[in-house]
Amino acid sequence: MLLPSFAFSTARSVEEALELWACLPDAAYLAGGTDLLPQLRLGKRAHRNLIDLKRIQSLSRIRETEAGLAIGAAVPLADIARHPAVREHYPLLVECCRRVGAWPLQNRATLAGNICNASPAADTAVALLTLEAGVIAVSPEGERVISVTGLFRGPGQTCLRPGELVTEVVLPHASAGWHGSYQRLSRRQGMDLATVGVLVASSNGGAPPRHRVSLAAVAPTPLRVADAEALLDREGPRAARRAGELARDRCRPITDLRGSAEYRREMVGVLVARGVAALSGPSGIVVPGAGGPGPRTPDPGPQSQGERP
Amino acid sequence: MNQTISLRVNGLPETHEVPANQTLLQFLRETLDLTGAKEGCNEGECGACLVLLDGRAVNACLTLAVEADGREVTTIEGLGHAGDLHPLQAAFLKHAAVQCGFCTPGMIIAALGLLRDNPDPSEEDVRWAMSGNLCRCTGYRQIIDAVQEAAAAMRGDPAPEAAP
Ligand SMILES: Cc1cc2nc3c(=O)[nH]c(=O)nc-3n(C[C@H](O)[C@H](O)[C@H](O)COP(=O)(O)OP(=O)(O)OC[C@H]3O[C@@H](n4cnc5c(N)ncnc54)[C@H](O)[C@@H]3O)c2cc1C
Ligand code: FES
Ligand code: FES
Repeated sequence: MLLPSFAFSTARSVEEALELWACLPDAAYLAGGTDLLPQLRLGKRAHRNLIDLKRIQSLSRIRETEAGLAIGAAVPLADIARHPAVREHYPLLVECCRRVGAWPLQNRATLAGNICNASPAADTAVALLTLEAGVIAVSPEGERVISVTGLFRGPGQTCLRPGELVTEVVLPHASAGWHGSYQRLSRRQGMDLATVGVLVASSNGGAPPRHRVSLAAVAPTPLRVADAEALLDREGPRAARRAGELARDRCRPITDLRGSAEYRREMVGVLVARGVAALSGPSGIVVPGAGGPGPRTPDPGPQSQGERP
Repeated sequence: MNQTISLRVNGLPETHEVPANQTLLQFLRETLDLTGAKEGCNEGECGACLVLLDGRAVNACLTLAVEADGREVTTIEGLGHAGDLHPLQAAFLKHAAVQCGFCTPGMIIAALGLLRDNPDPSEEDVRWAMSGNLCRCTGYRQIIDAVQEAAAAMRGDPAPEAAP
């Protein structure tokens, strides 16, 4: 199927992207295009103008800021997953990036695109919820920071205003070292959205450790389960099964081609319990294949982040 | 709406006027007549369309031709030729990792992208890097073996003993 006709513009700066959006009719920002292009092709969305963000230098880097590690909106997931600081401090994000589609897709797809698309099954969203990440969004009215927790409104819906541009996703320093595992069921290993995704994590050090439980593909948005977290904080791993039951009661799954609502609900209970058990497993960290085809020489450096202009 | 793009494809400079809504896959196949990259699903699911864009494996069906402006594209045609095969091509032949051949260009490009980053991948690494490539014929075992043998050849490891 051919793509419908549109015009293509390249923004060189954030200001230019905002200006282009304001003066071009029916415009959409284009990051990796892995959601947008299929949606255009299938007629799920229509845009007369695409504004490419990948040549904006300031969006193509990962940098330390006062608030935390800031990941530019044009950095592909593959570069995030191999970045030394992300690998060292935010292994949960590495694991979730590596579960999006498959590697060639991760060479294009971005974190900002994954959350702006706001699929209930967005794999990186559960890591960002767990890490209590912030999203920096700019518009002609100025810049604001939105907590990922408040970003999602429903399937395909966020609280971003029309034309508002995400520039960075910020991983707070306070979330460094959180570890755990992403328990994900899908019909096929690569290139399939999660049928159910459950991320169970605990804090680094601090006695007693704190816990977070985030779910994907079992409600209109990715979500956290506060009462399961509080129970685990109080009682630790022996409350695994009951935490699973709480999460099972909190989710609101639907039936679709990937699985029935009943199946998803039951699996949430099972996977939360498994996730808790994995916390006290051999290393406490389960990152399947995280050693994967990362570069032999670890530091790709900020210059090589994203696409070169 | 047409736009002029200049890029290098398999090392050669190309300048063309392309419609903004043309995919890189259409451009390669229809304008440049490079039909090695295949259109399987046209939605990112099968990997038959993989090419290297600035050295990284990407789905050409999910990339616009205009996005490749100023960049370097490598397709399967940019590897070896009959009589002078790339180690990956030679290993695919040797291991019978090719049956109908439809998935093969994408498989080899995925493997090439992997080996550029990681010259000594474990089997798990190979499976992971190629999980976006579907093959309806071989059952994958031969493909994995071929990639690992090619990796050894490209590293310059001594060839394995012939099976008794
Ligand atoms: C075959 C296939 C398999 C997939 N598998 C998975 C999977 O397993 N898990 C998963 O979570 N997803 C999956 N996806 C979905 C998709 O790849 C991800 O959601 C990806 O992260 C989207 O990022 P992108 O950069 O490609 O976004 P785009 O397609 O470029 O953009 C997505 C949306 O966000 C908007 N946008 C992008 N960047 C910005 C910005 N900076 N500011 C404001 N708006 C912006 C765009 O206008 C568009 O509406 C899959 C897709 C395909 C085609
Ligand atoms: S044709 Fe591109 S992934 Fe199938
Ligand atoms: S050889 Fe036929 S699809 Fe792989």
